[in-house]
Amino acid sequence: MLEQRRQEDRDRSATRAPEMAASTPSGIEIPAVVDPAVQAISTPGRAAEYPFTRGIFADGFRGRLWTFRQYSGYGSAEESNARYHFLLDQGQTGLSVALDLPTQCGYDPIDPISRPEIGKVGVSLSNLAEMEVLFDGIDLAKISTSFTINGTAAIIYAMYVACADRKGTPRDKLTGTVQNDILKEYVARGTWIFPVRPSLRLVADTVLFSNDATPRFNPISIAGAHVRDAGCTAVEEMAYTLANGLAYVDELSARGGDATRFGKRLSFFFYVHMDLLEEVAKFRAGRRIWARLMKERYGVTDPRAQHFRFGVVCGGSSLTAAQPYNNIVRVSVETLAAVMGGAQSIFTCAFDEAFQIPTEFSAEIALRTQQIVAYESGIGRTVDPLGGSYVVEYLTDRMEEEVLKVMAEIDAYGGVIKAIEEGWLQMRIAERARERKDKIDSGESVVVGQNFFRREEERGAQGEVFRLDPQASRRVVEKYEDVRRRRDAARVEKSLAALRSAAARDRENLMPYLIDCCHAYATVGEMVRELKQDWGEFQEPIRL
Amino acid sequence: MAATLQGTRVLIAKPGLDGHDVGAKIIALALRDAGAEVIYTGLRKAPDYIARVAVDEDVDAIGLSILSGSHCELVEQVVSELKARNAGEIPLFLGGTIPAEDHEQLKRLGVRAIFTAEMELSDVIATLSREIGDQSHA
Repeated sequence: MLEQRRQEDRDRSATRAPEMAASTPSGIEIPAVVDPAVQAISTPGRAAEYPFTRGIFADGFRGRLWTFRQYSGYGSAEESNARYHFLLDQGQTGLSVALDLPTQCGYDPIDPISRPEIGKVGVSLSNLAEMEVLFDGIDLAKISTSFTINGTAAIIYAMYVACADRKGTPRDKLTGTVQNDILKEYVARGTWIFPVRPSLRLVADTVLFSNDATPRFNPISIAGAHVRDAGCTAVEEMAYTLANGLAYVDELSARGGDATRFGKRLSFFFYVHMDLLEEVAKFRAGRRIWARLMKERYGVTDPRAQHFRFGVVCGGSSLTAAQPYNNIVRVSVETLAAVMGGAQSIFTCAFDEAFQIPTEFSAEIALRTQQIVAYESGIGRTVDPLGGSYVVEYLTDRMEEEVLKVMAEIDAYGGVIKAIEEGWLQMRIAERARERKDKIDSGESVVVGQNFFRREEERGAQGEVFRLDPQASRRVVEKYEDVRRRRDAARVEKSLAALRSAAARDRENLMPYLIDCCHAYATVGEMVRELKQDWGEFQEPIRL
Repeated sequence: MAATLQGTRVLIAKPGLDGHDVGAKIIALALRDAGAEVIYTGLRKAPDYIARVAVDEDVDAIGLSILSGSHCELVEQVVSELKARNAGEIPLFLGGTIPAEDHEQLKRLGVRAIFTAEMELSDVIATLSREIGDQSHA
């Protein structure tokens, strides 16, 4: 009986495993041999020269390695602070703060909708007192910090500036990033709060204020990662992201911003999935397209404002809950693609990230993966190591064509903002996600250990289990109530009232008001409530 | 023969603050293709809203999608809101990132089946079809 089942399993894997597909997951066909005598292939030009196909720095990673930036945060500020110190002690070079959903969606911990979510997917950060704990013992002038925050990005950025003020760190020494890409939240990640137009105003307020006050800080990271993980292809990931990027540039320009100035502080963020050459080509094409758009559409001539700078995350939905240790190998391949694609910062997912918050053990392996690629593999020794490879140049050209095609489709629909407000982009992504799922279910796409080569008896063998401290949520609520008791209530009222009246004046930059609120220990929920009074909430279009 | 959901009404809901809606949408599309009439709530719905829609729309099954780790609390809230409305035994399903050690508790709360991202859609449809069928013959 057992013997028969084993043979069936073997037959299944052996007979069903499809032949090597001729196309990449984005559907770009690749010849078995790329021959420059047959296929037209462009010559990539030189590194650090327009349009930057080969990279934005002449010395690549020799001058400076990418930043090792592991996304982390859970429970209360105290626990996350301890994890940050652990990661920095292990050689991590930048922080990346994961915030819980109440903080991301603008609800205080005592809100009924918040209670089940406190500290679950990130750290709870309802007011400045919590942020002071989060960065206790961390020098904000030396360590750059990235915040994955969007709906409340302006508030968290204000809190960070206020935190630096409290710690005596000069504002112009602050480095790091707030994701602050609200457009893709409507499409994929879902932490929107306000309607599209006032949200774009907040993004512009943040960017313009930051360019003056914290000139070394990236006030936006235009992210394709989430739409990619939601289901779309590498081509669509790049196209949707660049389209969003243009919407921000238009908004900033309309607000009187100078593209040569804010252009130097725009950054991008992507997923790296498993198709190595396609991923490398995606980044090379992205650099080229963005530089051309900045030059041709906005007349930007300063190379630094044409630069396409990006961070990446390796893993995500390419990881499996089945046979989770295989994920270490997947993330290694993806890290190679990120480095050969020229990423400025890398976050490597832990092998257990498909089903839980990483344990200290899995988080360490994820960081070590980057360190091994950085210090042992030697691939960072030379700029754009795959440049000049027939297939990579061929793929870069095709990728560029396909990305521009998708961008033209969005334009034809009426632009990215219309596409989002009407739910068109969301629907396209849902359909693509369904296709990706069908391909895995049918065996057209191979996922080792999941739809092929799986061992039923190994399912559930997932190693160490991460357990969130069940008391963390209670502590968060207690601290929140304590801050509200201790703070100067009159000052809070005054700062919130000033914020609300500034919000009603369209051309006023809200950042100074938000920073005042943070200094007064007003909470995220209170600030959001003030803004909602005037702006209302986003109404999600549901189209399936 | 592939299972069918012809003639059934299914509510797919996103309780809590979790913004991951790909799984919910994939399931909604797949159930619709299998013949079900699908009502999708959209993001960030409170448990009482979900229970109210389930009763008002007289659905044959409810699917909750939760990837934020707050599944135990949210399922409990939805179940108690359904009870408060005398909703009867509407089969309840759960999908998302649900650790194995929570399965028993969730089943005790009344969840009929728990689906993961890696499960084949045909299996999900077959399970729903069976459970809804059992319910209507009960």
